[in-house]
Amino acid sequence: MFLIHCPYCEEKRPEIEFSYAGEAHYVRPNAKEQASMSDQEWSEYMFIRDNARGEHCERWWHNHGCNRFFNAVRNTVTDKFVMTYEMGLPRPTQEMIEAAKHG
Amino acid sequence: MKYSAASLFANALSGHKKWPEQFPNKEPKTTYDVVIVGAGAHGLGAAYYLAKKYGITNVAVIEKGWLGGGNTGRNTTIIRSNYLFDESAAMYDHAVDLWDGLSQELNYNVMFSKRGVLMLAHNVHDVQSFQRHVHSNRLNGVDNKWLNPEQCKDFLPILDISQNRRYPVMGGALQMRAGTARHDSVAWGYARAASKLGVDIIQQCAVTGIRRAADGSVEGVETQKGFIGAKKIGVSAAGNTSVVMDMAGLRFPLESYPLQALVSEPVKPIMPCVVMSNAVHAYISQSDKGELVIGAGTDQYTSYSQRGAMHILEHTLMSICEIFPIFKRMRMLRSWGGVVDVTPDRSPIVGKTPVEGLYVNCGWGTGGFKATPGAADMLAYTIAHDAPHKINAPFNLDRFRGGRLIDEAAAAAVAH
Repeated sequence: MFLIHCPYCEEKRPEIEFSYAGEAHYVRPNAKEQASMSDQEWSEYMFIRDNARGEHCERWWHNHGCNRFFNAVRNTVTDKFVMTYEMGLPRPTQEMIEAAKHG
Repeated sequence: MKYSAASLFANALSGHKKWPEQFPNKEPKTTYDVVIVGAGAHGLGAAYYLAKKYGITNVAVIEKGWLGGGNTGRNTTIIRSNYLFDESAAMYDHAVDLWDGLSQELNYNVMFSKRGVLMLAHNVHDVQSFQRHVHSNRLNGVDNKWLNPEQCKDFLPILDISQNRRYPVMGGALQMRAGTARHDSVAWGYARAASKLGVDIIQQCAVTGIRRAADGSVEGVETQKGFIGAKKIGVSAAGNTSVVMDMAGLRFPLESYPLQALVSEPVKPIMPCVVMSNAVHAYISQSDKGELVIGAGTDQYTSYSQRGAMHILEHTLMSICEIFPIFKRMRMLRSWGGVVDVTPDRSPIVGKTPVEGLYVNCGWGTGGFKATPGAADMLAYTIAHDAPHKINAPFNLDRFRGGRLIDEAAAAAVAH
């Protein structure tokens, strides 16, 4: 079981308090954008995922805790969390990920 | 060498010390007609059918680890075809048809045992849903029948059908043609038979890239053992399909999740069939060695680690004990995990890709073992004809653009 650092509660809590909520930084196109999207573009938004082997940005939901969503960078080969960060922050750069790994 | 009672007897006389190796571990040639990426049973099977049915023998199967060491060796060996939709019924029943004669065809005992799969209904919704499945299966010519609680009890004597339980048994759907097989044997049997027909099996040789010509078509694969030329490439890499497809610049509608299973200490025969329970989320069978084989659900997050969390196993065992309190004092021997590639509609992708000469068999999610011969045959057919067979045509990649999904999520046993 993972121990996950919730950036809002500012502490590590057991995985069973959390729900995984898929790949992060997927933005749903607004109605106007949807109207001009091709089937291919819609399919990519809807179904296609990075499924990264290695560092992966993903959403978690602290539904049995503070009930807030946040994002995390986790290595999908070692299952180690590199960092977690608040919702709304941009995707961390490679330098930030490296710094978090060694920090 | 053909395996037979006579060869068994002859080798017994020499103390079983003179059995020849089943298949050689080859070094790669410079070029092949077809390279299959992934030596699981699906990939080895595809190579076998390419050589046997479609006459393409200049084939290599390339594996980054060891043969059958991925999901082929990590599943719960259950075979069934009681799927709801026409497309799935055709696909999975084709597989069961091939399972039927597989031991004889391969001259290798895959121990396919038609002991039946019983899916228990615990509430009104289960009853209606399973009966719908039974009717749908019957229309498709797939064996499946409805049992009332007493009939379930007759078939599975350790089942408690008293109606005052938390999850009472309100009936069950029984597919008698379904059962289990020895998973390792399937990989070894296909490897031996394919090898005999001229297929090279190359282990511990990870594919690191897919080389493409100026017109976009494939030229071969870069591997740890150097470049291997190929006119056509079939990818059968299960949980790592996204990684291999990325080498060809393709993004796939797949996510890879950990899925665990576990076995108990061996006991005398007590479980005559495979039992599944949707509502309680449990499935269990007994191996020929006597171990109870129990499958868990997937972990919630994507991962390539081939391991899952303990609380998932705990939850699984709680479910098993809820249905079968008799197993409360059983001790578990081993648990392990695999990486399953799940599509958005829980149906596989078997067919061509947008890259010329690149074919794929993936997305089997939590239920790929049962489909092994069918999936292998369909991949081989598609590679040989450069066009899908009518059975795998609906399982194309394009359905995620066109919207013609095969939404079997509701039809799966458990683990979704």
